[in-house]
Amino acid sequence: MPKLDDLDLTLETGSKGKKLISPAIAALVPIVAFAVGVHLYSNELLLTYMAIYIALAQGINIIYGFTGYLPFGYFGFFGVGAYASGLVMLDYNVPPVLAVIIGGVAGALVGAILLPLFRLRGAYFAIGTLAASEAIYTIISNPSLQSITNGPYGLNLAGFYSSGTAYGTAIALAALSILATSFVRSSKFGLTLKAIRDDSYSASMAGVNVPRQRFYAWLIAAAIAGMAGSVFGWSTSVFYPQAVFDPALSVLAIVFALFGGVGTIWGPTIGTVVLYAIYNAIGVSNPQYFQLIYGMVIVLLVLFAPRGLAGFWNYITTKITTVRAKND
Amino acid sequence: MLEVSQLTSGYGSMQVLWDISLSVKENEIQVVLGANGAGKSTFLKVAIGLLPLWSGDLKMNGTNIAPLAVAERVKHGLGYMSEQGIFPDLSVEENLRLGSLRTKTKSVGDQIDNIYERFPELKERRKSLAGGLSGGQRKLVGIGRALISEPKILLMDEPSSGLSPRYVNEVIERLAELRGGITLVIAEQNISFLSIADTVSVIEGGKTRFTGSVSDFNNNDTLKEAFFGIE
Repeated sequence: MPKLDDLDLTLETGSKGKKLISPAIAALVPIVAFAVGVHLYSNELLLTYMAIYIALAQGINIIYGFTGYLPFGYFGFFGVGAYASGLVMLDYNVPPVLAVIIGGVAGALVGAILLPLFRLRGAYFAIGTLAASEAIYTIISNPSLQSITNGPYGLNLAGFYSSGTAYGTAIALAALSILATSFVRSSKFGLTLKAIRDDSYSASMAGVNVPRQRFYAWLIAAAIAGMAGSVFGWSTSVFYPQAVFDPALSVLAIVFALFGGVGTIWGPTIGTVVLYAIYNAIGVSNPQYFQLIYGMVIVLLVLFAPRGLAGFWNYITTKITTVRAKND
Repeated sequence: MLEVSQLTSGYGSMQVLWDISLSVKENEIQVVLGANGAGKSTFLKVAIGLLPLWSGDLKMNGTNIAPLAVAERVKHGLGYMSEQGIFPDLSVEENLRLGSLRTKTKSVGDQIDNIYERFPELKERRKSLAGGLSGGQRKLVGIGRALISEPKILLMDEPSSGLSPRYVNEVIERLAELRGGITLVIAEQNISFLSIADTVSVIEGGKTRFTGSVSDFNNNDTLKEAFFGIE
């Protein structure tokens, strides 16, 4: 029985053809699913948000799943991206798709500025990123900066709204984030990141330039969040600072990624689809039940599947393979 | 090949090594013996550059390597295998590929194949997580990874650590197979490693108490009794 990420394994040892085909399949599946999904389920905005959350969960996957650094303040890049793209659209009439790319660059730039946070480790790093993102939120929403950021009143991008294009861009972003994870997982770069996650001290001894590799992973994750924020702002049309600098964005992305299984390609995508679907099925109409179910899911996850759905699936398939081998 | 003279070092302001002097020739296997806390691991860390050298000389092939950073020393041909030796959450093959980061002479595939030829049991489990292997196999992964980086001198920190006697013997046999192709400096408290050693240095209390041939060591009953309780 195949393991969930068997496709990825072929990336590492297979032929050049397989190296190209496997990431292409990984990216193609959500493109087709979303393209078909919109004809089966009419709430396009919800599907857009789902695609955005897939990108965010993959961003968390890259920085946490491959390096072990958990950024609670990941939402900061999301907000910076939303504002950077929104402002260039409003002030310079930049086309939305180009603005999304600019949002990604802005996210990466802020990531570069926050690089000293890597002097912290574990919970200190997580809290440090949270504090930095709150600081950015406070600056952007400051009424005295109203002439630049419109302060606490947010941005109105209604003039740029185009549902089909925004939806397509969200899908492309989800696919791009999966491709990025595919690249990270199968490349020498990804191997060095996994070594850093295991033991940064020994990784350094093995010849890994730990600060540089970690920096690159951080930039990729920040750029993905910046682009995700840009697409969110564009598809939402009107947003306030607290909507795009919301710590819940980080929490949800982290939970989605962990639920599916970090360090894998499919895990964060599946985790997002399952939990976001539950969230929208019962979370909006019956938030009290949703909180209860979410809490139970997290407890069960920690107890029985600490490596997420992907880890649980791999555990089951390994057991079945072992039993079959014994019987043979 | 490696010349160490009156080396002193420590952690922060705490001195751990007072006077380490030893010499290792090309393709020699030298075992650095000492009890827990004697300073063996600290000495290896100073040699590879993980800890600063406070005073003394550290030369490789006549070149003073003390001012060089870890990466430079590795480029110079110094290899290091830590006590753990592996990345437990990476597969066997990934561990080996990590060893090739600093080498550019051969394709990674050829280098890994060479290791599989030397240690066939690793080939069978190349997709398994290194953390799931037996103790002996883990050490082979660590040795394989260190060998892929093509060191001239390999510094090994307690390769017997955490192993049952059966696996210790297996590791010793495998290290013996490397004889003649590489210089090994093995920090150990397990005296069984003397069976493959050409020379031995004894460290106790951060000082070199003996350095010489294995036969000289074996003939020195006072030393053996004083430091290892061997009569």
